[in-house]
Amino acid sequence: MTTTLETQEAKRSHSDTRPLLLEVQDLKVEFNIRGGVVKAVDGLTFDVKRGQTMGIIGESGCGKSVTARAILRMIPKPGKITGGRILYYRRPRHPKPGEEDKVEVIDVTKLDPDGEVIRQIRGGEIAMIFQEPMSSLTPVYTAGTHINEAVTLHRLLPIKKLGEQMAEHIMAYRHVTKEEARAIAVEMLRRVGIPKPEQRVDSYPHQLSGGQRQRVMIAIALSTEPAMLIADEPTTALDVSIEAQILDLMRDLQRTTNMAIMFITHNLGVIASMADEIVVMYMGKQVERAKVVDLFYNPKHPYTKALLQSVPRLGPKTGQRLASIEGMVPDPLNLPTGCVFHPRCPAFMAGKCDKIVPRWTQVGENHWVRCLLYEE
Amino acid sequence: MVNYIIRRIGYALILLVLVSFVSFAIIELPPGDYLTQKIEQLRARGDRSAEQQVERLRKRYGLDKPFLERYVNWATNFLRGDFGESFEYERPVSEILGARLGYTVILAIATTVFTWALAIPLGVYSAVKQYSLGDQIISVISFIGLGMPGFLLALIVLYFAVILFNMEVVGLFSPEYERAPWSLGKVLDLLNHLWLPALISAITGIGGLVRIMRGNLLDTLGQPFVEAARARGLKNRTVIWKHAVRIAINPLITILGSDVFPSIVVGSSLVAIVLNLPTIGPVFVDSLRKLDMYLAGTCIVFLTFMLLVGNLVADLLLAWVDPRIRLD
Amino acid sequence: MAVAAAPAVPAKRKELSQSYWSLVWYRFKKNKLGVLGGIVLIVLYISFALIPEFLAPYALENRSQFVEAPPTAIQLFDEQGRFQAPFVYGLERRVDVAKRLRTWVPDTDRKYPVRLFVQGDEYQLLGLIPMNIHLFGIDADPREARIFLLGADALGRDYLTRILYGGRLSLLIGLIGQFLTIVLGMTLGVISGYYGGPVDMFVQRFTEFLAAFPNIPLFMALSAAIPNYWSPIAVYFMLTIILAFLGWGGLARQVRGLVLSLREREYALAAKSFGASDLRIMFRHLLPGTTSHVIVIATLSIPGMILAETALSWLGLGLRPPLTSWGTLLQDAATIRAIRFTPWLLWVVPPILITIFAYNMLGDGLRDAMDPYSGRG
Repeated sequence: MTTTLETQEAKRSHSDTRPLLLEVQDLKVEFNIRGGVVKAVDGLTFDVKRGQTMGIIGESGCGKSVTARAILRMIPKPGKITGGRILYYRRPRHPKPGEEDKVEVIDVTKLDPDGEVIRQIRGGEIAMIFQEPMSSLTPVYTAGTHINEAVTLHRLLPIKKLGEQMAEHIMAYRHVTKEEARAIAVEMLRRVGIPKPEQRVDSYPHQLSGGQRQRVMIAIALSTEPAMLIADEPTTALDVSIEAQILDLMRDLQRTTNMAIMFITHNLGVIASMADEIVVMYMGKQVERAKVVDLFYNPKHPYTKALLQSVPRLGPKTGQRLASIEGMVPDPLNLPTGCVFHPRCPAFMAGKCDKIVPRWTQVGENHWVRCLLYEE
Repeated sequence: MVNYIIRRIGYALILLVLVSFVSFAIIELPPGDYLTQKIEQLRARGDRSAEQQVERLRKRYGLDKPFLERYVNWATNFLRGDFGESFEYERPVSEILGARLGYTVILAIATTVFTWALAIPLGVYSAVKQYSLGDQIISVISFIGLGMPGFLLALIVLYFAVILFNMEVVGLFSPEYERAPWSLGKVLDLLNHLWLPALISAITGIGGLVRIMRGNLLDTLGQPFVEAARARGLKNRTVIWKHAVRIAINPLITILGSDVFPSIVVGSSLVAIVLNLPTIGPVFVDSLRKLDMYLAGTCIVFLTFMLLVGNLVADLLLAWVDPRIRLD
Repeated sequence: MAVAAAPAVPAKRKELSQSYWSLVWYRFKKNKLGVLGGIVLIVLYISFALIPEFLAPYALENRSQFVEAPPTAIQLFDEQGRFQAPFVYGLERRVDVAKRLRTWVPDTDRKYPVRLFVQGDEYQLLGLIPMNIHLFGIDADPREARIFLLGADALGRDYLTRILYGGRLSLLIGLIGQFLTIVLGMTLGVISGYYGGPVDMFVQRFTEFLAAFPNIPLFMALSAAIPNYWSPIAVYFMLTIILAFLGWGGLARQVRGLVLSLREREYALAAKSFGASDLRIMFRHLLPGTTSHVIVIATLSIPGMILAETALSWLGLGLRPPLTSWGTLLQDAATIRAIRFTPWLLWVVPPILITIFAYNMLGDGLRDAMDPYSGRG
């Protein structure tokens, strides 16, 4: 009940008029482990528009990576989607004439996780890159083999019918050939800025540096021309200078391809430069959602504020101690009652925060927060 | 790559020389060895032809020469294909071993094929369906297989074959093919007799490899590149076999060369003794019992040679499948 | 996943407060197979190595006229089907025309009750206490009738008795051999890991060299080289030494690896900075750190030693009669003729297998208990 209400409200308030690509509604993911149930994601709601960059931020273990995997139905073993919907607004990749704008809505949570449909989406329409570029490439295959694999699986080329007299244009598609796949691989490597791509295409992962491997990962992901890229902490394992290069690359590529990006990170500095809109997560719960400017200049939730204060900054206030968030991350099997953040919250209101579960409240245009401070 | 191969071959050759030296030392070790006994016997007869024969034996085996010279002599003859003479059979060793060498190699290879072909799929199934009923059954069976010595299993199989089915599962050929020239029928007959000893000899190796494969694959399935492969939209089967198994199998190739193949060679020799197969196992044991030293020495060098070749093949195979080794 | 791993944290904190060995014991107790293996081994060692004289109904070399008599069935009902206290029938010689051989058949006219704690052959329990009480037997003159639960061998000796006595040598050779292996392997491993240099070179190369040999053929060749005029006891110890000599390499290598990492730990460095001697650092500070690994490796390699003895003796290259071990018993059992006509001689196989599996189960349990992260495979 509340969910649908909330989404509709959310939709109404959006000034962003780009068409919807992905809509996550009240998503719940649980891990049934020995000792109890961990609610890794609990009531997550957001949407991603075509060409938009959505940022998800939170400490490790807050459920942001699980969310990414839920979208691709790749949650590891004891984990299960126990509630909510993930609606994917699918446009035909190879539309018949006149059907270019046809949109099919797929509820990803209803799909067979090993089935045909989700496998078309995975890699082909929603690609993903990972945190560990050092070990995200299979060591015994070359960069080219990896790209070939994705391209032959997902890319179709139009068959040109020369001499066709019919006025109506009948399009047919075929899989790419080996040579074409290789050409695409070289081209992709060039686009992600790998020097000498004709040679590098035959390099094995151990012959590439960390930054180059992440570039290759991006090349694999983009080689299928996906509508959305999920980047799960893509730069965490990289040096700062390499990180900047990779982020630049992603921004450039996004501009030229108009693909949406879901950018997952724990690094506020990174997300500020990437995202249009940000979801802040804490212990599986979404605590705040806002446009990037609002979130940085007008944070509402005490957790968001604390996060912002704990970022090291250059500037006049040098010498000041870096703020840290009080207390420990709670045991996910025994989450605090009421607001999950209350034991660590500087604005804790006794008798209220530890009893009442806060609701998802709108506090401004396109700015939502889950905190009792903002409820009447 | 060429460098790597040369290094491995050089290493194998050095080991072979060392092993042959030690083998020779061991076969010369027993105080009452066959030759001495033989000479004593001939002496006791005391006639002239006996004296001549003693003289001939002395000369041939250089009994009056120092140990090192005898070794060099033996080793150079060995390289020329002259493995010495068996005292027991009074025939050249090469003649006695002859076809047995071939059957030994065939049995070892068949066993290796069985080991590999059964252990890998079982290990993969066990890991992919972790904690399922199938996994548990496979785990129990592989635990039993791991502890089950081949020669005892052969004995048990023999018991059931004889008592329950009144079958004699011994030998590598049916009587009608025993002395027949090679033909398609004979090959089929060989295969028909070969699979059981090969399977029995494989059981220990299978038990070990299934457990290792399961563990390796479970580790590999948790690796980021497996998740990345799945995220590219590959079929589950492709992800498992092309990406996970392909990586998890590499350490098994090394283990196959260094541990499993040696135990197969030795284990199948013992199985061959129980099942009376025409391999070098029974001859080797017999020669040791009778201190027929040139025969025994040749057998041990040959077995070691098989191990070294097996190890070398595994090294090369690993280099071939794993670019991290090939290109370094 | 980080999410799934997190809840283990509080449990671990509790575990850390206990000492390492009590923690190992606690985890081992939960491994049912491991505990079962341990219990089976205790029972085996007590009954086969300590008190076979008492459990066996006859003395080891007590021959009889009942050559190759099949296992005696214990009867509970007489011919009329009336229930009676357990008894056995006497044996009668008969010629099996079909098989063309002489066999033994029950003679239903003669009955002998089965009794517990009967008096029989004299022996010394544990080599100390003179006794003549046996756990069970029949009330009869041994020249007239006998009980052969597992049949009799070619000299009319009770095969159960022989298996019980044979277990002593086979089971002990594993323990003694492994003890020698541990002493040799740990000492050389520690020295090799601590000093490095020439000792390390030697240990490394030597173990590699040993690994290049096919192990059982090398055992065979070496034990064939044991002079055949040596006394059986000397042969037994020589064989043990050969087994230990060829087995220490792997252990030394493992210990070396552990010592290499342990010697850089704070406590070893601290001991060094206090001026402790090398010897003291090696044997007081480093060696204990390898104990758990050594126990596991040793437990898992004892069955290999027992099997090596069995195989060698079976092939006539190890222990020889009059010594009786499972291997020498196997010599008589493992022929086509024996399987056809005296298949009960194969009863020696189950105890061998039970021993091996018990050791493997115990070893696996210990490994999981000592290093819970290694045993996933």
